[in-house]
Amino acid sequence: MTEQTDFVEIRHAQKSFGALEVLKDISLSVTRGQIVGIIGSSGSGKSTLLRAINDLDPLTGGEIWLDGVQVNKSLPHRQYEKHINEMRQQVGMVFQHFNLFPHMTARENVTMAPKMLKGLSQEAADKLAEEQLDKVGMLERIDYYPSQLSGGQKQRVAIARALAMKPKLMLFDEATSALDPELVEEVNLVMKRLAEEHMTMIIVTHEMDFAASVCDRVLFMDKGVVVEEGPPATMFKHPTKERTREFLRKHIEGAK
Amino acid sequence: MDFELMLKVYPFFLEAAWTTILLSVLTAILGLTCGTLGAAARLSRFAALRFLGAAYVSLFRGTPALIQLFILYFGGPQIGIQLDAFEAGVIGLGINAGAYMTETIRGAIISIDKGQREAARTLGLSSWQATYQVILPQASRLMVRPLGVNLNMLIKATALVAAISVIELTYTAQRYIGSTYKPFEMFLLAGVLYMIIIYVVGRGVAWLDRKVQIN
Repeated sequence: MTEQTDFVEIRHAQKSFGALEVLKDISLSVTRGQIVGIIGSSGSGKSTLLRAINDLDPLTGGEIWLDGVQVNKSLPHRQYEKHINEMRQQVGMVFQHFNLFPHMTARENVTMAPKMLKGLSQEAADKLAEEQLDKVGMLERIDYYPSQLSGGQKQRVAIARALAMKPKLMLFDEATSALDPELVEEVNLVMKRLAEEHMTMIIVTHEMDFAASVCDRVLFMDKGVVVEEGPPATMFKHPTKERTREFLRKHIEGAK
Repeated sequence: MDFELMLKVYPFFLEAAWTTILLSVLTAILGLTCGTLGAAARLSRFAALRFLGAAYVSLFRGTPALIQLFILYFGGPQIGIQLDAFEAGVIGLGINAGAYMTETIRGAIISIDKGQREAARTLGLSSWQATYQVILPQASRLMVRPLGVNLNMLIKATALVAAISVIELTYTAQRYIGSTYKPFEMFLLAGVLYMIIIYVVGRGVAWLDRKVQIN
């Protein structure tokens, strides 16, 4: 296997919360620069799968590999913590509810981790913050606190915060689901720009149009399994599985 | 009401009030220390520490502070703990207050949205780095008011050490009643001084609370 084929590799992922099995033997590989969308109704396991990739929701079975290194390898606690912190530095994550640090300005949100973990000087960190916030169109609000920003602006700062660690992979967990409809587009635009830069991305989303326009591949998950996957053109226009068709039908009706 | 008598004795009450203040300050310091350790234990990933923390809280909140003081001061010498009344007062009340503060501090920490820790961990911060960069700065702001309530209760609880003969406000009032037979005036004087102390502390807490709020 070359890195072209196994940049992100999920092997037989299994996850249970007590008796409830939320991920049932899922395998998936993502090549470098690929953009994968995961769709499905709530409770299908799509967020759990995404959160397993950086071990926020540790798997109960199976393996996650990133760029040739196993993420969820078994190590004694201390060593594992060190290992996982290193892995997580390479994976940016964007949450539905932004999770910006409310006691820090946009600048501080972006620079905190690079300063702490990479030992950036204040000067270098400021330059990084300006660069990253400019990229998401938030340079003008660099010294604003999250409470002074709209939802869309918060999410753009959150993306800048993740990008400031120079991740190899970006995970988006319903990044626009909590936004007012008129604020969705500004966040989508930032994500599209990342796609144009060939950032590897795994995007859990409810927005079929967005998935269709940026993703190279779309996975449909239901009840802990990947029911069907393929390029968006096939997935949205000619799905082969009845469950996929039903989901898309309901989703389109719901959107209207 | 005998104002003349009150004027005559109030300098002794002021002196006693200083003892109450000193007692409160030392108790608060010890209480905060115990509360911080207690909260850390209750939130530890080690079950044994969590158990110890929970046992501490339920033991010291589940029995009267006065009994705890009596055990320490009167019962202490029987098991080799020799403390003078003031020391026993500070230690007894401090450990007692710490049990309440444990719950205050823990409550503030667990009320921070779990997404905050997740966001910090996702960036690659260790659990401890996430705690002191992200969780504690937010939780400490939430703690100010409820810790102020603990402090208010603690100041009033210092009256209990009169029972082990620490010469503070309440004890002083009792002593002057013995010689003047004027309980109304003496307790009133003590009460007014307690109120002044608590009022000033309350304003201080409110000021601090305003100062630490984000924006």
